[in-house]
Amino acid sequence: MNTSMKRRVFLKGSLAASAMGAAVGAGLLTPQAVLAAWPKAAFEAKKVEDTLSSLMGSAVTDASTDISIKAPDIAENGAVVPVTVSTSIAGVESIAILAEKNPAPLAASFDLGKGAQGFVSTRIKMGKTGDVIGVVKAGGKLYAARKGVKVTIGGCGG
Amino acid sequence: MANSIKLRASAKGSEVTVKCLMTHAMETGTRKDKAGKPIPAHYITEVTAEHGGNKVLTAYWGGGVSKNPYLSFKFEGGKAGDEVKISWVDNQGGSDSASTQIK
Repeated sequence: MNTSMKRRVFLKGSLAASAMGAAVGAGLLTPQAVLAAWPKAAFEAKKVEDTLSSLMGSAVTDASTDISIKAPDIAENGAVVPVTVSTSIAGVESIAILAEKNPAPLAASFDLGKGAQGFVSTRIKMGKTGDVIGVVKAGGKLYAARKGVKVTIGGCGG
Repeated sequence: MANSIKLRASAKGSEVTVKCLMTHAMETGTRKDKAGKPIPAHYITEVTAEHGGNKVLTAYWGGGVSKNPYLSFKFEGGKAGDEVKISWVDNQGGSDSASTQIK
């Protein structure tokens, strides 16, 4: 790279950095949104309320019939429980899947980008019989639904 | 090494459904081997999906996601021929990515 290219890249970088700084200062971008980091505290929380407070800033959820949780009534193998959370709520920002009775309830969290639909499907581990909770964050509010899954063989290696 | 991700994307109108299956141990870190030694935690922490320069989905995972994890999601605004890319990173610094064309 010759000097003028380096200069341009440097200026571009510093411009971007200062624009970012200005935006953060103006409260347009909270640091959490800018630096999308793995939510360590949420994954280590042992109780559902603590998990949600950490992950979504609040543990207060409205029960919603607009969230559908598809999971087996009986999971033969707790190590592989297919879960699909879908919702028709508009403006979904994120969806979280929790297994209430797991040592650490948070299994997965999904941040939806532009165009993403309220639909996520994956397979989680469940240590024992309990509820799978789907939490949807939309328009700054939290909505939740739960579905009971009976687990015949625990999936956390126990 | 894009071998750890099997990826399919199909469009119905402008709604795209993406399904992928990743090969990964997803060890929680709480299991012990036969000798009683703890098996270190080794799991995918983040999966990102990109389409048209847009980050469509970011998934944060812990050891609670099953081994050889499956993921499916949907997004609006894609069409056949567009490229969708899936990338993952894990807690031990491993990573992989794969792309596919929407059918």
